[in-house]
Amino acid sequence: MSAISLNGLTICYGGIPAVHDLSLDVADGESFALVGESGSGKSTVLRAISGLAPEWTGQISVLGASRGHGPDRAFARTCQMVFQDPYGSLHPRKTMDSVLSEPLIVHGLSDRSERVSEALDMVGLGQDFRFRFPHQLSGGQRQRVAIARALMLKPRIMLLDEPTSALDVSVQAEILNLLKRLRRDQGLTYLMVTHNLPVVAFMCERMAVMNGGRVVETAPSSALRTGDFSDPYARHLYAASGGDEIVPEDQE
Amino acid sequence: MRARDWLLDESPNSRIQASAGRFYRMGLALLHNPLAVLGALIILLLIATALFAPWIAPESPVGQMLDRRLLPPSSANWMGTDELGRDIFSRVVYGARITLMIVALVAIIAAPLGLIIGAVAGYFGGWVDKLLMGFTDIFLSMPKLILALAFVAALGPGIENAIIAIAITAWPAYARIARAETITFRRSEFISAVKLIGASDARIIGLHVIPLCMSSMIVRVTLDMAGIILTAAGLGFLGLGAQPPLPEWGAMISRGRVFILDQWWVATMPGFAIILVSLGFCFLGDGLRDVLDPKQAGKS
Amino acid sequence: MTPLLEIDNLRVSFPTPRGRIDVVQNVSFTLGRERLGIVGESGSGKSMTGRAILRLIRPPGEVTADRMIFDGTDLQTRSERAMRPLRGARISMIMQDPKFSLNPVMTVGSQIAEAVRAHESVPRRALAKRVREMLEAVRINDPDRVARMYPHEVSGGMGQRVMIAMMLIPKPDLLIADEPTSALDVSVQAQVLDLIDELIVNNGMGLILISHDLNLVARYCDRILVMNGGRVVESCAAADLHAATHPYTRGLLASIPRIDETRDVLPVLDRSSWGGT
Repeated sequence: MSAISLNGLTICYGGIPAVHDLSLDVADGESFALVGESGSGKSTVLRAISGLAPEWTGQISVLGASRGHGPDRAFARTCQMVFQDPYGSLHPRKTMDSVLSEPLIVHGLSDRSERVSEALDMVGLGQDFRFRFPHQLSGGQRQRVAIARALMLKPRIMLLDEPTSALDVSVQAEILNLLKRLRRDQGLTYLMVTHNLPVVAFMCERMAVMNGGRVVETAPSSALRTGDFSDPYARHLYAASGGDEIVPEDQE
Repeated sequence: MRARDWLLDESPNSRIQASAGRFYRMGLALLHNPLAVLGALIILLLIATALFAPWIAPESPVGQMLDRRLLPPSSANWMGTDELGRDIFSRVVYGARITLMIVALVAIIAAPLGLIIGAVAGYFGGWVDKLLMGFTDIFLSMPKLILALAFVAALGPGIENAIIAIAITAWPAYARIARAETITFRRSEFISAVKLIGASDARIIGLHVIPLCMSSMIVRVTLDMAGIILTAAGLGFLGLGAQPPLPEWGAMISRGRVFILDQWWVATMPGFAIILVSLGFCFLGDGLRDVLDPKQAGKS
Repeated sequence: MTPLLEIDNLRVSFPTPRGRIDVVQNVSFTLGRERLGIVGESGSGKSMTGRAILRLIRPPGEVTADRMIFDGTDLQTRSERAMRPLRGARISMIMQDPKFSLNPVMTVGSQIAEAVRAHESVPRRALAKRVREMLEAVRINDPDRVARMYPHEVSGGMGQRVMIAMMLIPKPDLLIADEPTSALDVSVQAQVLDLIDELIVNNGMGLILISHDLNLVARYCDRILVMNGGRVVESCAAADLHAATHPYTRGLLASIPRIDETRDVLPVLDRSSWGGT
């Protein structure tokens, strides 16, 4: 059974289609990337799956169950999303404790205090951070909290919307490692949106290249090592992102 | 010093410590603004005066002594006496109770009403927004005092009706502010994140949207207090607010109008009280705006 | 040949509740008519260094330096008034996002013309010709049409090209580009940087390219300064970046995922000295 299956999906914003007739299958346990430049519609796909962009036609099914339009409570426990901007995704007046408790309260789960402290440990933040406000945290720390929040309901699928593009490279490495470790430990499925091909090479097994609201090519991410793309746009994107990389000499 | 460290701890150990620390920091910032401190002192003075009126006032505010009508200010009657021989200082002191009651009741009725209507309109957008804001605009398009006059005329004169009338005219401005503020962040990722958790719209509005509108609302209400006091005084002056013998400041000015040329103190003393309290609210409101400014508090 | 820019012991500080904090300290370099890259993460002081050269740091920020000499003139002793003909005409700066740097109610053409008129008087017809040539130089296909457009009508990449045209039309000697392409898509990034590169080389200008992207800077610059915590931790020729010696530079290089990535875990900088991410 595939984790996410999109069939003939057309997504509109205010009546104007942003994604046309898109079909895609993400296997259970897989890490899949949607790659493209701004305006390609890649984030729109995530928003439609999550319920934030309810204007769509076609079919979205998640873990075999057909998905309705708009957010719903049962769906929240199978699929969660991490957003791009670590400065915008946390409520400025709430402590990390209340940010992380919120999903538990909404779903009436018990042992909140233990679960919150477990979640903080899981994303590598100490208990010191528990009662801090967002302005007392760095970008990387905020992104860790956002990841912890998404994991509070123990979902099986995570939608990642450019989770590291607003971060410094050294912080990006930490967050990518964290995401990779969490996926391995908890058997998560990732659908990740990014414009950064090297991140795809590190994080994902398969990728779909999007341009102008359509998928132009689906390829295994090993294609990034060989440059084995057939679509001209995918090749162009690959050339623009690859170039002459600098490798420290004693690289293991 | 221990309490200070506890409040300023960068990594608090409990919810209470975290919010106490936040308020303490705001308080500290407010103390750095001399005008805000002055405003706060004036408001505290008003509250203390209202609470302890019977102990502060040397005489009863309603006791008539016709043998000492219209005496100028002296050591016996600090602010002089009015046309019925009542001590004006005592009346001004008791008037603080009425003023404080008007201000508090208007704030309690109008601010939450405006806040909820504005937040709901801004959060949902679309036809809900059009409907609620259309309704708000109708109220907003009418001059405040005239609208209040119409309500009082319909409900009958009296202090309670004056309060209701003022509250009805005050909420549309708050609804506008709350809506404008809500629109700036309704599509933000932290609201989307709570939606995806499965929280209901009521929960999102109540626990996530409204707390963010609160600070600008507090600032606005504080700044509006001066206007509310003046409107109440205006209604009192026109004889539609507090009825005699209640020592309401506006009504007192109204009574003193007849003697303004020969016995200036009758109208001037309550006038001073109104100016002082209005200024106090304005200063405090300005200071609060600096401290609670969302641009400073939100991202740092 | 005398160097174009000499900076010696530059220091920029800002007051905080806990006293003045140096956001840039002890930064020294000389620049000829070459391309210098300044790389660092957010908060490293790289942008502050760029702004300090143009004296764009406003009080309460404070700039001091032992020497700050541009083409024989001392930048520190110049009055604010005397800085003005220097800014734009001799030293230009390209900012990160064209959306915030272009005037939304002026057409693109008149903004570029304005950049010339601010510093020299040129007859109208000659000016129009120069604007047209400049737009062609930044590879805008239909210069006459674009010149009549407003900033909101042009795309991000074209907006940045318009910015470059605006900055280069007064023929400055030094261009400071602060993250000129980080708001752009990867495929447009290369075009914009190639363009800057070509114009710099053809006109024999100096370039300071400020960026967080090590690879990008290495590709487009001759020399590189790596900054961290307000200090220059590494200074080397771009070609030798792979042989960088400072642990911070090495850590940074290693932490960038590569397009042919095979590592399972990315090495992470040891931040224990300054706590947390």
